[in-house]
Formats: sequence, C-alpha cells, structure tokens
Amino acid sequence: MKIIVCVKQVPDTSGKVAVNPDGTLDRASMQTIINPDDLNAVEAALALKDETGCEVKVVSMGPPPAEGMLREILAMGADSAVLVSGREFGGSDTYATSQILAAAVSKIGVESDDIVMCGRQAIDGDTAQVGPQIAEKLHLPQVTYAAEIHKVGDTITVKRMLEDGYMTIKVKTPCLLTCIKELNTPRYMSVSGVFEAYAKPYEVYDYNTLKDDPLIDPTTIGLKGSPTNILTSFTPPQKGAGVMLEGDDKGTCDKLAGLLVAKHII
Amino acid sequence: MSFNNTDLAAFKDVWVFCEQRQGKLMPTDFELISEGRKLADELGVKLCGLLLGDHVTGLARELGGYGADEVIVCNSPLLKDYTTDGYAKVICDAIEEKKPEAFLIGATNIGRDLGPRCAARLHTGLCADCTHLDVDMPIYMDFLKNNSTLGEDKLTGIANHTVKVLGEDHDTARDLKMTRPAFGGHLMATIICPRFRPTMATVRPGVMKKAAYDEKKAAACKVTEYAVQLSAEDIQTEVVETVKAAKKLVDLIGADYIVSVGRGISKDVAGGIKLAEELAAELGGVVGGSRATIDSGWLSADHQVGQTGKTVHPKVYVALGISGAIQHKAGMQDSECIIAVNKNDTAPMFEIADYGICGDLFKVTPLLTQAIRDAKAAK
Repeated sequence: MKIIVCVKQVPDTSGKVAVNPDGTLDRASMQTIINPDDLNAVEAALALKDETGCEVKVVSMGPPPAEGMLREILAMGADSAVLVSGREFGGSDTYATSQILAAAVSKIGVESDDIVMCGRQAIDGDTAQVGPQIAEKLHLPQVTYAAEIHKVGDTITVKRMLEDGYMTIKVKTPCLLTCIKELNTPRYMSVSGVFEAYAKPYEVYDYNTLKDDPLIDPTTIGLKGSPTNILTSFTPPQKGAGVMLEGDDKGTCDKLAGLLVAKHII
Repeated sequence: MSFNNTDLAAFKDVWVFCEQRQGKLMPTDFELISEGRKLADELGVKLCGLLLGDHVTGLARELGGYGADEVIVCNSPLLKDYTTDGYAKVICDAIEEKKPEAFLIGATNIGRDLGPRCAARLHTGLCADCTHLDVDMPIYMDFLKNNSTLGEDKLTGIANHTVKVLGEDHDTARDLKMTRPAFGGHLMATIICPRFRPTMATVRPGVMKKAAYDEKKAAACKVTEYAVQLSAEDIQTEVVETVKAAKKLVDLIGADYIVSVGRGISKDVAGGIKLAEELAAELGGVVGGSRATIDSGWLSADHQVGQTGKTVHPKVYVALGISGAIQHKAGMQDSECIIAVNKNDTAPMFEIADYGICGDLFKVTPLLTQAIRDAKAAK
C-alpha cells in the first residue's frame, strides 16, 4: 500500500503582497510556503504510515526550486518525492494541471490498495479544482473536504464536511481524498528527518518522462491545453477612507450613533 | 452520439444547477437563477434550472418565480443523497444531449466537488468562486470602470471585442466573462472559456442578488422530467449518513448587521465576544469573526468572514479589533457602512472604514452599544 500526496508551493498571500504596475503579482518579493491544506494531506498520509507502515510519496508540479519544499516534506517523514517540471507545462490552468499531475500519478502507478491525497485548495487560486479533476482523469472515486479518515482493510470511512453539518462516506481504495485543516495538525520536520531528506529518492519528471501517456498531448497541457484564458486582470480600487472620529471614547460613540441615526442607517 | 464541444454555435441556453439538500432548495439556487436570468437575457436565450434528487419535482416551480423559463428535473432514488459519481453522470449526460452554452453552479461544498469533476469529463473550462458575471461588453466595461484601477488606455483595448487566443483572433461578444478574486483578493481576474462549451462557473454564495419572487412567472415555468440513466454500479461511494450541525448556525449572509471580532479580543476572549454580542443584539444583527478567531478556536467556523469564509454585504459591518488583512476585506468590503474600532491607528481596516474610532475595543464597544440604544430611544 502507498499514499501519493499532491502538494503545491505557493506565495504566502497572508504576508506582504506587492502588485506590479501592470496589475500582475510581484512574485519575486514574496515568500513561498507549502500550501497549508496540502500539509494536512501530508500529515494524514504520514499518520497512516505510522499506523500501517505504508509508503508515502509526494508529487508536486512546479519550477526546479520547488525541490526545497519537497525535501522539507521528506524531512517530515515521506519516503520519496517527484517534481514534475518542464517548460511545456507552463501556463497550465487547473484543467491542464490536473491532466499533467494525473499522468505523473499514473506513471508512479496506482495499485488497488493505494490512496491519492490532495489539499482541498491552494491559497494562490483558491479553486479547489485540481483534486477532483485528477480523480476524474484517473477514473478514481473522490471524497473532498475530509475532516476525518479511518481505514479498515480496503474501506475508508470519511467525515466529509458540509457548511451545515457533515456526511459520512465510505469508499474503497484506490481513491482520491482532499483534506481540510480540521483533519489534523501537521507535524514538524525531525532532526534525523532533515539529515535523511537528501538521501531519500528524488526524481524529476519532465515532458519526455510523461509524453507517452495518453493524457499528455500538446492540445491538453500548458497554455494550449488550457480551456480558460485570462481576459483581464486588475486590482480593485481601494474604497476611500472615511472619517476618523476624534475625541474621548464616550464623545466619539455618541457622535457616531448620532451620525448613524441621521443617515437612517439604524 | 459524439459530443463535439468546440462547435460553439451548437450550444445555447443558460443552465443553473439547483442544489437541494434533504428536499430543500439552497438559498444559492435563487441567487444563481436571478443572475442566470440576467445573463440569458443578454444572450437572448432560455434559462433552465437543473434539479436532481428523489421526488423533487414539487420544488421546480419556485425556481420559475425567480426567473427560470424551464426546470429540468432528474428524479431517481439513486440521486436522493448527493454523490459525486451519480450527480456528475446525470449532469454530463444531460449537457451532452441538450448542449447549454453556460452552466452555473453554486460554490458550496457540494458545488465545488461537482463542478470540477464535470468540467474535466466534458473537457471544458471552469472558473471557480466567481463574484461577478457578464456577457454584454458595454455592461462589462461599466463594471470595469467602477470596480478596477485600469486606465482609459487599457479599457479601450478591452472594449474592442477581439482578443488573441492561441494566436488567432477571437470575438468575445458571446463569451461569459467570469470575474473572481485571486491571490487572496489582492488581484481580480476576468476569465473566459473561448474555445469550448459549455462555459462553466461556480459562483460564491451570498454575492449575487436574489430577484423579487413573481408568482406569475412561477406558474408559467415549464417543468420537464429528464429520463435519468443511472445504476447503482455507477456510484463508487456510499453515503452512510448525513448529519446536520446540532447547533444553529449563524446566518451571516442573510444578516443586515454584523459585528465581527478579530485578534484584538485576545486579552479577554470571552469578554470580547460578549461585548460584540451585546452590540449585535442592540443592532438586531449577528456576530462574525476574522480567520484568526476561527483558527484560534474562539468562534466556530460558521462565523468566519473573508476569502476562505463568507462574503457578506450587510447594512452595517462593525470590525472590532480586526486589523484588516486583504483576505478579510475581500469578504466584507462591499458592506454599505463599515465601522472600525482598533487600538492601532494604522490598521488597514481604517482605509476602507466609513467611520473609524481609534481606541480600546473593551472600552469603546460598551459605550457604543449604550450610545446606539440612547440614540434609538431619542428618535
């Protein structure tokens, strides 16, 4: 049994974000992190490894510097890593990205007792699309928004969150699960893990590695393979600042209540 | 029957996936039908609701009251509970047969499971979590003028319908223009799906305005039963149970008044929440929170306002001790009146507040509650 975890390196949008004059993001000025929901997927896989002794393999699509992130996950306890990287893959939207990742997962091989895990969504796009689309391309059943995962034999029971409650869903391996932060608290890298991280198997899949997969075709990957295009990107205008009410606390509160009544807001 | 999704002219009509849970329509359905009506009118086509479930035909006409010309109903005992496999199969079958040009889905936890699966199967584009939709170019240009920082030169370039797609000229006149926040709200992007149909979008709940209900339109709505072809073997997951949260969840989206708390309550969490509740009660509203308050476990997840929480536009939004990260602002900046209370006079929240009070929320909030009580009494 093995677990394949798909992860993404993302700009840290909670920190300082700079926008170029042309409306694009100034990525050079931003820190990169492991996408938070993906860390929950990594932890879920490592917890199952602790329990069953299964193998954990992480996969990411991105530029060569994403190796650093993958090494960190190896230091957390994953067994091996694959970086999917190539300029043919650039410009991919979620559809094309899932096509490429599905081919990579397929190359690794999904056996009957395997699980593919993803984070629910990445904080740069917040789309939550790539997980389900990988599942579709691999013809695997999917369960998204997993807040609890229990595995007995080949059956996995998932607590799948809804806005107003949850569903309990049973699914058999092989399957794909997307994980949310309620699932667990990700562990840290261990000191011995850091030492071992550089000795663990690390592979790079480029276009040539994957090109024989039927999913990989010039019309289904990269910019050409992306069904969506950006028509316009722009920064929203800042709403003009209003009035700062001056004075002692009681005075400002009375003034504000008066203004709200006068403007028929309350 | 082969499904050629690049023959754009073969596709028409706007469809809306109408989600029901336990036999009840979701509020998002009415928002999306209302928005879909506008888009169908811009395209000059029919608006259809797509309703899946078991014995749900009785729910269809109400959707007509918000603007659906027709509701296509798919009934099957296998569709009683939502399953990705069952719903995706029936929806993709119906789309391949009837060929709508646009398909909208509410970005609920279920819609966000279903949409990408269908888009991948149909080989078409899906834009996630849209907050604004247009077809008509002049209307879209007005939207950009009022909601972007783009200069005249850029706008003129876009107003010309033709864009280059893979090196070839493409006329965007009939494309659905789907606008959504990216990078946590730092940027907005308008996405098109120029080469394939249907164009698919999931739409953020609470953003689109619900139209007024019209009894006559409801009565005129055509209800069509769709012949569902689905067997138990098509569904690879088993729904063991569906459990509703025991606690009544806070209705942030429907609230006219929201008092939200942030990290500023950390020195006395229970006290801070109590003060917010008292102010909310005086205003007739509810309590919300920033991501920090949810992540710290001070408030449950249903209270979260922001990019990963809910998008709200109440009459009054009071931000107590919320610094104003862009992710939070993305969820509340369209509130009619924003009041910010913060100790730090450089808090970004003050940049978008209509009224700002620089002070200790533990002192200011009770005074504000009392001042509002007095002002209402004096009216």
